[in-house]
Amino acid sequence: MSRKRAIRWTLCYAVLVMLAAVFFVLELVTGSAKLSVSEVLNALTGNGSSTSASTIVRNIRLPRALAAALLGGALSVSGFLLQSFFSNPIAGPYVLGISSGAKLTVALSMMLTMKYGILLNSAEMVGAAFVGSMLSMGAILLLSGRVKNMAQLIIAGVMIGYICSALTELAVTFADDANIVNLHNWSMGSFSGIDMDNVKVIAVIVLAASAAAFMLSKPMGAYQLGESYAKNMGVDLKLFRAALILLSSILSACVTAFAGPVSFVGIAVPHLVKTAFGTAKPIIIIPASFIGGAVFCLVCDLIARMLFAPVELSISTVTAVFGAPVVIMAMLSRRSQKGSA
Amino acid sequence: MNGTVLNSENLSVGYGKKVVVSGLEFEVGRGEILTVIGPNGAGKSTILKSIAAQLPVISGSVNISGTPVSGMSAQDIAKNVSVCLTERITAERMTCEDIVSTGRYPYTGRLGLLSDDDRRIVREAMELTGTVYLADTDIRHISDGQRQTVMLARAIAQQPEVLLLDEPTSFLDINNKLKLLNTLKELARSRNIAVVQTLHELDLAQRFSDKILCIKDGRADRTGTPEEVFSGDYISRLYGIDSGSFLTAFGTAEARKITGEPEVFVIGGGGSAVDTYRRLQRQGIPFAAGIIHENDIEYPVASSLAAELVTEKAFEPVSDESVHKAIDIMRKCSEVICCLKEFGSMNMGNKKLLDDYTSRMKNKQ
Repeated sequence: MSRKRAIRWTLCYAVLVMLAAVFFVLELVTGSAKLSVSEVLNALTGNGSSTSASTIVRNIRLPRALAAALLGGALSVSGFLLQSFFSNPIAGPYVLGISSGAKLTVALSMMLTMKYGILLNSAEMVGAAFVGSMLSMGAILLLSGRVKNMAQLIIAGVMIGYICSALTELAVTFADDANIVNLHNWSMGSFSGIDMDNVKVIAVIVLAASAAAFMLSKPMGAYQLGESYAKNMGVDLKLFRAALILLSSILSACVTAFAGPVSFVGIAVPHLVKTAFGTAKPIIIIPASFIGGAVFCLVCDLIARMLFAPVELSISTVTAVFGAPVVIMAMLSRRSQKGSA
Repeated sequence: MNGTVLNSENLSVGYGKKVVVSGLEFEVGRGEILTVIGPNGAGKSTILKSIAAQLPVISGSVNISGTPVSGMSAQDIAKNVSVCLTERITAERMTCEDIVSTGRYPYTGRLGLLSDDDRRIVREAMELTGTVYLADTDIRHISDGQRQTVMLARAIAQQPEVLLLDEPTSFLDINNKLKLLNTLKELARSRNIAVVQTLHELDLAQRFSDKILCIKDGRADRTGTPEEVFSGDYISRLYGIDSGSFLTAFGTAEARKITGEPEVFVIGGGGSAVDTYRRLQRQGIPFAAGIIHENDIEYPVASSLAAELVTEKAFEPVSDESVHKAIDIMRKCSEVICCLKEFGSMNMGNKKLLDDYTSRMKNKQ
């Protein structure tokens, strides 16, 4: 029977990688300027004769595609970590208000620094977002000690998200006119405007944090049985919990810093991946969620760009349309299992 | 048995600084089962958690093969002690084999990948517990009894020296209770594991333990073999039973006696009247019973439930004295029920009772 599972997992991985490749290429070739695959290839390898195509691909589309893939992966892994932490399949950085917390601190620091004519660099943006993530996370952790019911926890998270968003709106209202456009676009969520330097920072943070999350697969698997069993197996609970919180916050902070808050990916993708793979084993699901998140965000970004081109939709508009129903599905499937048990 | 695996020395357990149970001394040998019993909230689970090092001990020590657990690394503890809890497993999409495999956790490498050896040990644990047929089933889709057995398999796959079970039979039906405890006993013997469990079912504790540790009022009230613990009215005192009575020999309870002037007289013996006693108790009718030999199988039930009971010494014919006493009580009752169909030579006294009653009835007509 384990052979059957191995085949299923291999197949699923193959499909995911293929989808990622296909949508990555699509992201590069589609746009207001239609380019052929060979033109894109030439632009990438640097043999391009057409300089405008080369510029478009190398400066705009490639960083955007890479960002969508990396940040999508980061969101999904972050979601999966939070789901493990709270033993709750509908936990994620967006619904728990962690993305909104990051949004608030990033907006505030952007406005403050712009006032003095300073532009934040990538690392500083991530730092600001991380502070906000940890603040929201702290609030959630405080509340989670009091609420035993997972639905209450989610509601608390959504409320924290609303508070942070309201504060962000308030801050934006009083911002200088010049800043508003900038802030407004960013706070709606988008993969546009990310350059290659940003991508390098993103890649370092996201890949390192995801690799670290992967190394936590073993204790995460034990933790799925519950605290007491995990402890009996020799898991250092304090250290493990701290690592989960830190990694999921870094990942979602990175996303918010560069793309603004992106909704529901963190819940929808792990749920879909777990369903497809038929397991929740972290060692399988963490890499699969990463690739799945990349695919999901590439597809959503394509739709955001192309559906009403040249008008671009915010990325959260699209991820919500596809993600929110999956979240509802995840909730229903959980309920039916509880009922039958 | 041969050799002590687990022992404690002047052990005090509790939460933080609050001592729940103190001065514990126990020893469990290879293949032995120690059952911890006692009233709710006495601290049975606290003791288990402390042995498993999930709670720091307040004073004293727990030793495994002579080594204090407090000095062991988390991984060493995991290799020596495994637990089986009543917690419901809510893990998503885990097959029973996945669950049992988690028992190998302390033995696998950084990523927790199973070796062929690990897989073989997992298989063995499932074969021993008869759970192989569940290997590919989702843990959330099996019955409570099956789940408890799977958790036992998981604990076995951990290859422990000491196995701790917190109320392993709760939520199980009677057949599954017996099955689980039988499996546990066989495992303890065949694998030389020292088992410590808590049980609420006294009848099962009496039958499936080598030793029993009774906890009450923050200390070990009594420790000994089931025969030593289940003697006299000890269990009644341990639990402070005041809403009924405990039949030590059977390990079962009877409801509270209906006291008052007897309205019904039951002639019983040999177990024939047990149902009648219980029916009258249920209906709230005070009754008298007799004449029951003190070694009669229904004697404990009769003495627990009858408002008045006429008895006779064991192995003696029913004396005239007893008969007269019984007739006196019987004549005051408005109804007589005779549950006996035959009367042996030792029991002719009861026949006299019945004859007295029937002749009285005839005279009335």
